[in-house]
Amino acid sequence: MSATASDQSDAADSGPVLAADGTPLKKSLNRALRAQKLRALALIAPLLIFVLMAFIAPIGDMLFRSVENRIVSNTIPMTARVLEDWDGESDLPPPATFEALYYDLFLAAEARRHTRLGTRLNYEQTGLSSLFRSSGRGVDDVGEDQRDLLEDLDPQWEEAGFWHGLMQGNGDSDRALLLDQRARLAALAGESFQGDIGFTPGEDIVALLPQTAREYTAFALFTVIEDEDVVAEEEPWESVYTALVQDLRTADLSLYSGPGAAELTRAQAALAELPPIDFAAAFEQIDEDWIAPPVWDTIKMYSPDYTTGYFLNAVDMQKTTDGPEMRPEGERIYATLFKRTLFMSLMITFSCILLAYPVAFLLSNLPMRSANMLMILVLLPFWTSLLVRTSAWKIMLQQQGVINDVLVWLGLVGDDARLVMINNQLGTIIAMTHILLPFMILPMYSVMSTIPESYTRAAKSLGATNWTAFWRVYFPQSVPGIGAGSILVFILAIGYYITPEIVGGTTGTFISNRIAYHISSSLNWGLAAALGSILFAVVLVLYWAYDRIVGIDNVKLG
Amino acid sequence: MRLTNTLMATSALTLALAGAATAQDMSDSMTAVSWGGAYQSSQQKAYVEPYQAANDGLSWSWDESSNEAVAKLRAMEEAGNVTWDIVDVVASDAIRLCDEGLAMEIDHDDVLAKGDDGSDPSDDFGDLIVSDCFVPQIVYSTTAAYRPDLLPDGAEAPTSICAFFDMDAYPGKRALEKRPINNMEWALYCDGVSKDELYDVLATPEGQERALAKLGTIKDQVVWWSAAAEPPQLLADGEIVMGSSYNGRWFSAIEEQGQPFAMLWDMQVFDLDGWIVPADLPEDRLARVMDFLSFATDTQRLADQAAYISYGPARLSSAPLVGQHAELGIDMAPHMPTDPDNAANTLLYNYEFWADYRDDIDAKFQSWLAQ
Repeated sequence: MSATASDQSDAADSGPVLAADGTPLKKSLNRALRAQKLRALALIAPLLIFVLMAFIAPIGDMLFRSVENRIVSNTIPMTARVLEDWDGESDLPPPATFEALYYDLFLAAEARRHTRLGTRLNYEQTGLSSLFRSSGRGVDDVGEDQRDLLEDLDPQWEEAGFWHGLMQGNGDSDRALLLDQRARLAALAGESFQGDIGFTPGEDIVALLPQTAREYTAFALFTVIEDEDVVAEEEPWESVYTALVQDLRTADLSLYSGPGAAELTRAQAALAELPPIDFAAAFEQIDEDWIAPPVWDTIKMYSPDYTTGYFLNAVDMQKTTDGPEMRPEGERIYATLFKRTLFMSLMITFSCILLAYPVAFLLSNLPMRSANMLMILVLLPFWTSLLVRTSAWKIMLQQQGVINDVLVWLGLVGDDARLVMINNQLGTIIAMTHILLPFMILPMYSVMSTIPESYTRAAKSLGATNWTAFWRVYFPQSVPGIGAGSILVFILAIGYYITPEIVGGTTGTFISNRIAYHISSSLNWGLAAALGSILFAVVLVLYWAYDRIVGIDNVKLG
Repeated sequence: MRLTNTLMATSALTLALAGAATAQDMSDSMTAVSWGGAYQSSQQKAYVEPYQAANDGLSWSWDESSNEAVAKLRAMEEAGNVTWDIVDVVASDAIRLCDEGLAMEIDHDDVLAKGDDGSDPSDDFGDLIVSDCFVPQIVYSTTAAYRPDLLPDGAEAPTSICAFFDMDAYPGKRALEKRPINNMEWALYCDGVSKDELYDVLATPEGQERALAKLGTIKDQVVWWSAAAEPPQLLADGEIVMGSSYNGRWFSAIEEQGQPFAMLWDMQVFDLDGWIVPADLPEDRLARVMDFLSFATDTQRLADQAAYISYGPARLSSAPLVGQHAELGIDMAPHMPTDPDNAANTLLYNYEFWADYRDDIDAKFQSWLAQ
């Protein structure tokens, strides 16, 4: 041992070992190995890329939805910003919030995105869905008097070309505002708003009438890119007029001499006669829920880009202004369902073990011919549609079904006391045990068929009884098969949903049935993702526990 | 003479050119989404086959995904690849698709054909246009049926939906849909709430508790279904004595399969089914869809569908044209939910209410079920 060590150190002292071409051996070996590794990687690359793209990425994306909540800040960005500064102490947010909401909602309604936000917020508070739907229609009327005054005053205000000239100005243009509005619309509509629109807001007018310039730019972008019209030929939206009315209240026109200076001065003088637009009152007129505090609490609570709300909902809690709280008694369901799913999956796994063990034992000990026959019987259910098998259990188990009929005919149960075996937990356990049984039998069989018969015979020849030989010699060697089968069956069972849906009634359904409901019916994908993430985490924890207790090395699939 | 000939030739050429141009602008294949089963085949016979006969070379494919159309359409839109051209959905789903911006708004008077009697489509369909994105097709109802032979001896035939809640007079199991919609209304109605006040009461937490309490009186005797084919099957097997399902399912069990069921039309809940068109279709596909939509929802076509299935046509002008069943040869009118004899006491699905309250009441209902 020590001699070898000193040999090596001698070699190291006398310089690096060289390969045939003169490069150091270590380097050339590394190069050869690297090439080999790359080749190996290239071989598995198609599978790796496929798994990443078709499996890991979509699942990651889906799970990400459980915390993602950008819809509020994308749809009503200015409102969300104003609400950030509201401490929530007063009943209603400051008046500026209503003005911000007006512009946000107007644009969102033009892009038909406001109802989507309503649907999202309706998950948290009943009634917001119709509130947003009706408000989308109602915002057109806000500031109507002031607009009418403007148009009566000067027919120019109805001219698309006049507006275009006014907003474009003669001097430098403000690219920053244009970029800003492109980003605002892209976030709102979820599509790109790039491309030339034949309009850039003038720097002077942006400084003078900031809100008007902002709304007009948004209008211009939408008109050109979404509606494919020409800006200079379209009369602006009502929101642009409203913004102008608001801007003119404070704008100092004395130094402005660009296009439309005369019309602006006249408008400012005329508008001074009218009271300012009261946005809060206008929203109250659209729907009085807008001045109800809970609406604003909900919007504020859900305006950050990421939320814990979905996860709280998934564990029967809810966000309130005082922090997370348990839901009222009558609305809790998910904890019950998680517990039930785990309990029933365990029951199914155990009954699979009990039923599969003798079958697998027979399979591995029968002569080849009969074993093959038996194997076909085991595999037969695999070739039958899952729905057919589940429906068949309905016919077998229902109160007027085959089993009850036989029992009544035999006189074992009375005609008026037929057994209830379906639409409850029992029905789910029976049907799912049957459906998952092959997943237990096959790993058990492949392990059992490798146990040499001679071990049991040796045990018997040493004086063991049949039972001792089985229990002390055979059974321990078959445990890896049980382990593999159990993991397979348990993990399949925990995510099953068709069978529990059909035979589970009300007490035999799983958490996956609720996940399916939220994916396909209520469209609350965030909540579905949160429930799915929790289920995923539970499986990982159980797998870890299993590894600690049994050891994953003891699991064999063959 | 020569002039006339030239004129005629020119106009014929112009017409031919115009025809060619339209044909070129329209896509020559369509993917429609429907419910499968008897309903889809009634659409196939009443709309698609005549339309294909009139449009040579149009290939047609069905996707039986209507019950998860909202989720799938949303996923398609997110993936940026909508493969459907026209989708058959119930009205509440149409409203949601419209809210989500997934269905396009349709100008009914502009796109659809005028009624036989010359009425504007918006008048002919009337109130049934419950959403700007929705073109109604049929009126169906969720209603009840029972087995007269399974009633206790001497029991009177039930005439009210409240028979569901009368365990003394009508013992045995009942089937109800595994969702709050319709069941909550029936429960409150049978608990003494008048029809006008149903939704005012149901909007309050107390009202919701009251409805669940009423349902609680029969909870352990209810088989909850999630597929509409289940109740007729359960009733045929004698598993239940009465159940709720869609009227077309009952019709097919009673008339086509000869099952000994009787209808209980009281408090049937009217609902609508119709077409929506996915938003942002490419122009050639959109042109084809609009052409089909106008054809398939005209007065005659809607009446034709009623020859294959017992759902009422959504146009007022179609009602007089409803004839006999295509195979059985029986008059269809008495089997329509809208027939005056059947429609003595009805309820119309309240779309606005359920759009708002669906999530909230469903959470309570499911929690109540799981207890």
